[in-house]
Amino acid sequence: MNEQLTKNFYPGHATCAGCGIPAIVRHVLDEADDSVVVINATGCLEVTSTLYPYTAWKVPYIHNAFENAGATASGVETAYRILKKKKKIDKDIKFVIFAGDGGTYDIGLQSLSGMLERGHKVLYVNYDNEGYMNTGGQRSGATPYGANMTTTPASETDIGNKTFRKDLMEIVKGHHLEYLAQANVAYIEDLRKKTKKAFQALEKGPAFLLVLQPCTNVWKFPTSDYVKVGKLATETNFWPLYEIEKDNYKINLKIENPKPIEEYLKTQRRFKHLLRPENQEVVNYIQENINQRWNKLLKKAECQF
Amino acid sequence: MEIEHPVQHKKEKAMDTGNWRNHYPVVDESKCIACGNCVKYCPEACIFLDDSEKAEASKSGKVAKIDLEFCKGCGVCAQVCPVNAISMRTEEGGNNNETKSKKDKEKTN
Repeated sequence: MNEQLTKNFYPGHATCAGCGIPAIVRHVLDEADDSVVVINATGCLEVTSTLYPYTAWKVPYIHNAFENAGATASGVETAYRILKKKKKIDKDIKFVIFAGDGGTYDIGLQSLSGMLERGHKVLYVNYDNEGYMNTGGQRSGATPYGANMTTTPASETDIGNKTFRKDLMEIVKGHHLEYLAQANVAYIEDLRKKTKKAFQALEKGPAFLLVLQPCTNVWKFPTSDYVKVGKLATETNFWPLYEIEKDNYKINLKIENPKPIEEYLKTQRRFKHLLRPENQEVVNYIQENINQRWNKLLKKAECQF
Repeated sequence: MEIEHPVQHKKEKAMDTGNWRNHYPVVDESKCIACGNCVKYCPEACIFLDDSEKAEASKSGKVAKIDLEFCKGCGVCAQVCPVNAISMRTEEGGNNNETKSKKDKEKTN
């Protein structure tokens, strides 16, 4: 057993074999120097780590409901601030929210926005597995174009999900955060670096991390491959690694020769139908969209304020 | 302010995820370069770098050790190893009684 990494989050939880969520949780919490309080939105992480009577959490943990992780964190953080002011607590405590993409992109968006607007000093970590995975793989606002999900099934005539994923980074950036970043579980060192910066930024206000988390169960790839699929997402520019510090964009990893998106699509069975010859146009459309977004991001990174 | 929590982390109540496994990882210690890739990516944090006397015989003085207690047998460690020092082997006869933990044996008895 790895003593250092299991200090805050112990094994014995029921995440699927080959799921990257525990890795995200462990490495994020490992970067915190002070004591942490974890706030969790409903999602894969919550249902798998808190099976009564066992809890995998060795840190104080609160789960409220699906839509209000941000609001709960606001309350907890405010209570801490007041108690500290009254000198009833002298410890330094960091507050970390873990939420999935359902609890962030769709259901918890208003409470996230409220929390960011009020400037509560909380780190929000969104592990993005692009759908509602623990209830069987329904589509969410994060589901990419052309994915075969249970609520948007692909067929002979249908290509599955027909909307592009929400650009959550832009939505969060609109709240003028000190620090927000897009990371990927397949690049753990990069994730740890960003977490460190995010914890430092907490002195001034909230921070936000968006972390890609390939889901072996619904994306449908072998359990051993979450790192491989995650790396491909970045190597094809589908999931660029960048950070926004005081409204300045910085790209952390520029891929010299990005791979074509087919390389990424063919690793997962949720995109299997797109590889049929009659769907070549759809693949081209996705590629065009990715190129466009990447070029926009390059332009944004050029202007510094 | 100390408050007694109704649910506390107790290791003995942990779910026995070791018996989910169909395959188990084996480290070839002569090949291991102790890069720590498997340690980082293991979803159950089962792997650690051992720097005790035994490991000194290997190239870098450290070697990856896998604790199979909670290992779900996903195979991520074998996939991320840059020198292919980790291989997955099939549990004989599925997950038989020998590999099952004490808790389960007590139940079946």
